[in-house]
Amino acid sequence: MAPSKTASVSGRKSAAKPAKKDFNGGTIAEFDKQQELQAYRDMLLIRRFEEKAGQLYGMGFIGGFCHLYIGQEAVVVGMQMSLKEGDQVITGYRDHGHMLATGMSARGVMAELTGRRGGYSKGKGGSMHMFSKEKQFYGGHGIVGAQVSLGTGLAFANKYRGNDSISTAYFGDGAANQGQVYESFNMAQLWKLPIVYVIENNRYAMGTSVSRASAQTDFSQRGASFGIPGFQVDGMDVRAVKAAGDEAAEHCRSGKGPIILEMLTYRYRGHSMSDPAKYRSKDEVQKMRSEHDPIEQVKNRLLEKHWATEEELKAIDKDVRDVVSDSADFAQSDPEPDTSELYTDILL
Amino acid sequence: MPIDILMPALSPTMEEGTLSKWLKKEGDQVTSGDVIAEIETDKATMEVEAVDEGVIGKLLIDAGTENVKVNTPIAVLLQEGESADSISAEKPAQPEAAKADADTPAATSDAAGGKAREAKDEPASSADNKVPAQPKIDVAADPDIPEGTEMVSTTVREALRDAMAEEMRRDETVFVMGEEVAEYQGAYKVTQGLLQEFGARRVVDTPITEHGFAGVGVGAAMAGLRPIVEFMTFNFAMQAIDQIINSAAKTLYMSGGQMGAPMVFRGPNGAAARVAAQHSQDYAAWYSSIPGLKVVMPYTAADAKGLLKAAIRDPNPVIFLENEILYGQSFDVPKLDDFVLPIGKARIHKQGKDATIVSFGIGMTYATKAVAELEKEGIDVELIDLRTIRPMDLPTVIESVKKTGRLVTVEEGYPQNSVGTEIATRVMQQAFDYLDAPILTIAGKDVPMPYAANLEKLALPNVGEVVQAVKTVCYK
Repeated sequence: MAPSKTASVSGRKSAAKPAKKDFNGGTIAEFDKQQELQAYRDMLLIRRFEEKAGQLYGMGFIGGFCHLYIGQEAVVVGMQMSLKEGDQVITGYRDHGHMLATGMSARGVMAELTGRRGGYSKGKGGSMHMFSKEKQFYGGHGIVGAQVSLGTGLAFANKYRGNDSISTAYFGDGAANQGQVYESFNMAQLWKLPIVYVIENNRYAMGTSVSRASAQTDFSQRGASFGIPGFQVDGMDVRAVKAAGDEAAEHCRSGKGPIILEMLTYRYRGHSMSDPAKYRSKDEVQKMRSEHDPIEQVKNRLLEKHWATEEELKAIDKDVRDVVSDSADFAQSDPEPDTSELYTDILL
Repeated sequence: MPIDILMPALSPTMEEGTLSKWLKKEGDQVTSGDVIAEIETDKATMEVEAVDEGVIGKLLIDAGTENVKVNTPIAVLLQEGESADSISAEKPAQPEAAKADADTPAATSDAAGGKAREAKDEPASSADNKVPAQPKIDVAADPDIPEGTEMVSTTVREALRDAMAEEMRRDETVFVMGEEVAEYQGAYKVTQGLLQEFGARRVVDTPITEHGFAGVGVGAAMAGLRPIVEFMTFNFAMQAIDQIINSAAKTLYMSGGQMGAPMVFRGPNGAAARVAAQHSQDYAAWYSSIPGLKVVMPYTAADAKGLLKAAIRDPNPVIFLENEILYGQSFDVPKLDDFVLPIGKARIHKQGKDATIVSFGIGMTYATKAVAELEKEGIDVELIDLRTIRPMDLPTVIESVKKTGRLVTVEEGYPQNSVGTEIATRVMQQAFDYLDAPILTIAGKDVPMPYAANLEKLALPNVGEVVQAVKTVCYK
């Protein structure tokens, strides 16, 4: 799960050239066998983890809000393959996938979901509020859009320190309409801060489709008035995400300031566990699943290229399921936080 | 009739200024809009423009004169046909320094008013730019200051700046960001000279986007820097309050102690003068109800310095509530290499035995005067300056109440859910048996701040109310 540092991408178009705008277009990174297998495994871990989380929610082990990432796995996995050690990640409340992708342990995340002491926040944060200093994961934020300003602050710190790190701030098509997003865009471009704004356009802000909430639905152009370049990326194809991530990271590291990547993606589940998602048709969801599923795409390529056999992929699946089962077992057996924790971590 | 040109008020709080330079001489023809003089206030150097046409008949105030009160005639303009001989007025004596009268906060400023000179022309440090300060106010000795320490009369404004400069010298991760903090030298000149010493990397002018830059500050703090986020006033911080509370105050808890926001949010808070409802709110009670924050509200320059240094070093988010009217007031500040005061500790401003007054920030200006008046009437009041609102030093208050049996609180904020009502509740719960009278809370009135001068005065607490309240709890 550690960020891939071995990626050598041949055939990638020059950094200056924007990705194409059509959904299944854009620059595609050529993955070698190792990268395809890595992406397959990382995305599968997120999917199986989220399926298990949904199951535990239904059983009453997870409370409150629980927003699943199923369908969007290629976005964070592809981006993470473009990052280096020390780069920061921050996102909103649909955050389990980001945590797993940054290398946070499935046990720690799942135990936080069940509110147990072994969770990343000792059970005090829950689904939407988890952090890992070690993995440079800065949350996990429950206020729509807050992470955009905060992520810009992480980039400010990088520039202040003069290091080579970049910040990646993920937010949805819903958050993209928040005022502080544009305040942040302005400062990021003004001060040339190294940040990749990753807009995960999954087409619905809770139950409102982008066309009903956004006057301009091409989110990649939301930075245009600040002169921030932006590209639409096929967020269902991990290779397209990786290619865009590489270009964006290069842009930021070379001192050119912020960049926007609009990831065209899709969430299969409702907004949260309590959302039956009646605002869209079953056909729409089914079509995405059968034609664009990010994991199936990798799987098919692995098989076509004879880089893996069905049996080998099944073995990966089994490994992943074992990790997830282990995390679920841990999350159900780990004790709740000691009551003394009520009054800890308020002030240092 | 010759026209008197008067010393103009160039900001809402300006009472006096220095006539630094005449740009016209006697006999010069001026038309409206001509710049005739430069005036230095404690916040900026401003140009004075002629309003009427005519010939400068006489300059009444010499260039370089300090403490020229607002509305003093500074020159006489002759109309057509008039001669300088027709000027009967004697050249007035050099005006005396304005007497500080904090009880009627006369004026506070808005940086937007007037035409400020280009910042690059501003002197780099306050040493070259002696701002007119109000007379020094005497304060009881602070046990945290070693006896015999040399004291230097300092304005609250300078004390705050010195605190930031010292901490920025000490710690490379400390930086200041906010509107007009750098090139302009601070909307209220609190950050004066910092840009020149520390450069644009560490003194960062932001766009006027409080929500966004507060979030950027919190993010930088989460990444381990120590931002000082200046709000031009805390009224504007309402735009940013989500980031202050939901991000800065709660992250340490939500992350199970992994990361927090070691930072200071500071700026003027509460009513200034004649700036009406949207610019005149006291947020002490608001922020003090939030776990995860510390809230400091100093009155004296020494406390401002020692507590701001402590706030910058504190690993938690600290809300540092200043007051524009106090900026220009002078107090003794100990001359120590590293003067840091403890956050969360009240200071007994004056010992007494008959009743206790608890106040903080600008509330202390009413309290100190009330204490002096009551003394004349034979009532010996113990006055406690809370200094920190959260964590609140209740033990010091309770110790005092155990001695006096009577308590009055004084603040400018709204009366409902005020800091005073919080103190009253807790003292009632923890020291009920020691109370000889109901606790009275003096606060601002339960109205938005009006603009009209008479209504504004009514909306704020006054010394008479405090005196009366103390008499009431003393049954006198």
